[in-house]
Amino acid sequence: MEKNDKQKHTIGVLVENQPGVLSRVAGLFSGRGFNIECLTVAETHEPGLSRITLVTTGDQHILEQIVKQLNKLINVIKVYDFREIEFVDREMALIKVRAEPATRAEVLRISDIFRAKVVDVSPNYYTIEVTGNETKIGAILELLGQIGIVELARTGKAALARAKKN
Amino acid sequence: MKMKGAQIFFECLKKEGVEVIFGFPGGAVLDIYNEIPNSGIRHILVRHEQGAAHMADGYARATGRVGVCLVTSGPGATNTVTGIATAYLDSVPMVVFTGQVPTALIGNDAFQEVDIVGISRPCTKHNYLVKDVNDLARVIKEAFYLARTGRPGPVLVDLPKDVVQASTEFRYPKRVDLPGYRPTVEAHMGQIKRAYQLIRKARNPVLYAGGGVILSGCSDELIRLSELLQAPVTTTLMGMGCFPAVVKQQDGSTDLHPLWLGMLGMHGTYRANMAVQHSDVLVAVGARFDDRVTGKIAGFAPKAKIIHIDIDPTSISKNVPVDIPIVGDCKNALERFIAMAEEEPIEGLHELRAPWLKQIDEWRRTHKLAYKQEGEVIKPQFVVEKLYELCDGDAIITTEVGQNQMWAAQFFHLTKPRSFLSSGGLGTMGYGLPAAIGAQVAFPDRLVIDIAGDGSIQMNIQELITAVCNDLPVKVAILNNRFLGMVRQWQELFYDRVYCATCLDAAPDFVKLADAYGAVGLRATRPEEVEPVIREAFAVRRPVLMEFVVEAEEGVYPMVPAGKDISEMLLV
Repeated sequence: MEKNDKQKHTIGVLVENQPGVLSRVAGLFSGRGFNIECLTVAETHEPGLSRITLVTTGDQHILEQIVKQLNKLINVIKVYDFREIEFVDREMALIKVRAEPATRAEVLRISDIFRAKVVDVSPNYYTIEVTGNETKIGAILELLGQIGIVELARTGKAALARAKKN
Repeated sequence: MKMKGAQIFFECLKKEGVEVIFGFPGGAVLDIYNEIPNSGIRHILVRHEQGAAHMADGYARATGRVGVCLVTSGPGATNTVTGIATAYLDSVPMVVFTGQVPTALIGNDAFQEVDIVGISRPCTKHNYLVKDVNDLARVIKEAFYLARTGRPGPVLVDLPKDVVQASTEFRYPKRVDLPGYRPTVEAHMGQIKRAYQLIRKARNPVLYAGGGVILSGCSDELIRLSELLQAPVTTTLMGMGCFPAVVKQQDGSTDLHPLWLGMLGMHGTYRANMAVQHSDVLVAVGARFDDRVTGKIAGFAPKAKIIHIDIDPTSISKNVPVDIPIVGDCKNALERFIAMAEEEPIEGLHELRAPWLKQIDEWRRTHKLAYKQEGEVIKPQFVVEKLYELCDGDAIITTEVGQNQMWAAQFFHLTKPRSFLSSGGLGTMGYGLPAAIGAQVAFPDRLVIDIAGDGSIQMNIQELITAVCNDLPVKVAILNNRFLGMVRQWQELFYDRVYCATCLDAAPDFVKLADAYGAVGLRATRPEEVEPVIREAFAVRRPVLMEFVVEAEEGVYPMVPAGKDISEMLLV
């Protein structure tokens, strides 16, 4: 990767679960002119710890600064720089799509292909739950978009480093 | 034994060795103020909370200890923000306690309520809202620990009124538990070795020292290393005093230290900027490549391999790409360099270095910092030189911001760390007087001089009464040019001489003003009056305002226009 190439980049941040932590992280990005494409945060299995997964864009120099600045926050326990680590990431999307008599079967077929689930049904709409990486979510959105998406809610990415083999 | 939160507050301060706090009371902190008489801790009542923050800052910079201030909620808290940001940009250890409305009212837009934790988040090293009296002692312990360790900085602690009214058992934690905070103190030996191999081969090395040298207390190590390497030293504004500008000769006279380059950057000396631009190895020690230092980044030290020592990894390769980064405490890193330089000295050092030092000497001789004191009008530089001469350099200098600050840095030769207190990063006008008061509180018997301009002194002039009523004999030297001089200089050079909003012809009579406050007011309008005024000011043990009516349109030179290489200096 060239030094000045802007790239999307995923970062995991393990933080102390204290009031204001999210605001410290978000404030760091806005205050220093970094971008946040998406961000998820929730408690982990360890009491008192939360995990933030965020996706940002920037060249190598900016990413370097982001990682260092995150590490500098007192409530940040660990930063996972996924440039250097293999990782898995998933996102969930809820998609409310037009499902009239003529298109209903097609919506179900597409859902099947993507192993999505219909979680709410009404005379004219289905709400579909789909989980996957960015490419997969992008693909189903494109197909359902041709039929007619009414509303969309995405969780943003959650990511974990892959466990070492053997 | 159970104690009220307000009592616990002072018990904690005593455990931290706090002797003095700077503050201003109000509704939300009355419970704390109520305990001051029994606390054994001195309280300096300021006249504006910004003054309290700068005094705590000046106290901290002069002593190396943590400065403390205490203010009320709402406007009391917001008034400290400029002072907190000033300390943050210059890495000053400070703890600011703000009162807050009772926890039940937080978020209700209560009287004198403001979200100061939210407001101060980007300009503190860390901050806290204490919601339970049982957390109070731990939070205060952490606040002081964070303020003084690693890269120091201000920490704010917000104290709701009901929390300091509530009671609990007082237990001061023995240690802090901050799993996300582990500054790297020890410099990596492998990096030091790599760096030393570079330095060994260097022909034109320069040591570029910043405020980190003062913060980590390694002036002696810097001097030793510069001698071992015969490498000249330049400092940033924040580093002033960490390397002796002058040395006493055997006959008692003083001369510039042969390895001293002076300050670098926008108003740096010719030899410092030229040396950096011609260096082949530049060793940055506790400095952060600020834009006022580097000028145009792409053209900064173009021939040099850069070694950067800093305790804060975010400072490294932030502005300028670094060849050998060394994360660690400056003192630790310099000690390791010294050990290495003593073990493997550079062969034929003096012959190797002779051409470089000769070149630097030539730059020094051909391009001195100079001005001409002639005619009837006082030159501001002449005043600074006289201040220096008449106290034999033995003073703590504070400055305001602008031309006064740059002339102070150029013409007052400093020889000791913690003797030059100036708002470098934020550039806060109004810093000098309260900072001088803070320093004078710490050192009641030393000479403390605020070198000021007629513009900036008016930004916190109310603190003159704080000096008077606490018997703090600070000396303020106002270089009165009837202009916001530095802004006027930019208008002259880059804005077609449109002197919009920089003329301060309408000004108070500073002598009468001093008199009104109960201080001593003195004025010099002719060059021959400068020395008697300074002598008189130094002789009285009272706060003095000296007004020097100086040349109105004198500029600070050299000057590197913003965005140019630092070798492209305007010389007159």
